Amino acid sequence: MSAHDHAEGHGHAHGGAAHGSFKGYLIGFVLSVILTAIPFWLVMSGAIDNKQATAIVIMAFAVVQIVVHMVFFLHMNTASEGGWSMLALIFTLILVVIVLTGSLWVMYHLNANMMPGLHDMREMP
Amino acid sequence: MASSVTTAGTGPVFHLEEEHAHAEGSSTMLGFWLYLMSDCLIFAMLFAAYGVLGGNYAAGPAPKDLFDLDLVAVNTTMLLFSSITYGFAMLTMDKGRVAATQAWLAVTGLFGLAFLSIELYEFAHMIHEGATPQRSAFLSSFFTLVGTHGLHVTFGTVWLVTLMTQVARFGLTEANRRRLMCLSMFWHFLDVVWIGVFTFVYLMGMLR
Repeated sequence: MSAHDHAEGHGHAHGGAAHGSFKGYLIGFVLSVILTAIPFWLVMSGAIDNKQATAIVIMAFAVVQIVVHMVFFLHMNTASEGGWSMLALIFTLILVVIVLTGSLWVMYHLNANMMPGLHDMREMP
Repeated sequence: MASSVTTAGTGPVFHLEEEHAHAEGSSTMLGFWLYLMSDCLIFAMLFAAYGVLGGNYAAGPAPKDLFDLDLVAVNTTMLLFSSITYGFAMLTMDKGRVAATQAWLAVTGLFGLAFLSIELYEFAHMIHEGATPQRSAFLSSFFTLVGTHGLHVTFGTVWLVTLMTQVARFGLTEANRRRLMCLSMFWHFLDVVWIGVFTFVYLMGMLR
């Protein structure tokens, strides 16, 4: 009996519960259609005058949609695989944030400082 | 003290004598998830490269001259539909209905092919206009990022056909269910990457 329970605990990866339900997929699909349609509409119609504001809004929509996909399609939760998949995800996200912000930040400043004719160039001999 | 626990003549044992039983394939899903995370890092590098180089047009065409948002919207729809149809394939697989699973997998594959055809049409159109990967750093990084995603979808489609053949020959066996679940994660993961692509590359490209 206890051995059977043990095997069940390990075999939960191919148990039925991990797949979600029809309702879950449908909710995820409807949400992702809405979260895709709004940014496309914002950019195509130019509803927000300020381009930077539009960029921030569509990025926020992308983040929300990624979370929706993770939860409803990839069935991420803190319990799956005993929390290890969540841990791997968090580790990856930290690396992704470091790679993206680091590259953009450093290279932006490098670009800005390499431009000829900028104000700090005037002080140079 | 501690030595009193060990039997005479044998040293203390600090590990399990016998590894406890793992059901076959029980760690496959976690292992595959780790693969997806490493794939995620590859895409992060490509996104970073695009973010850095995406503004270097070398006096060549800019996103506004090249991208057709209607086409991208249709493409996104194809991928979204393929995600939900794969979900339905998983649900019918749970019920053990082979024919229905195969049908949903086939529909998913067709949506995947539609996505790839539209993307190839877009690429061909761009290259025909002279916007080749060699033209500028922007185009090099664009084709690398979007092309890598397209390659993933291509291999996913090949994998899908392989699994459909497997299911047709051997039915929904334990191993085949496991393989279908791995492909399910792969497929949904590609959809997540595509969210990043259409937001950062296409939509924000039009805002530049």
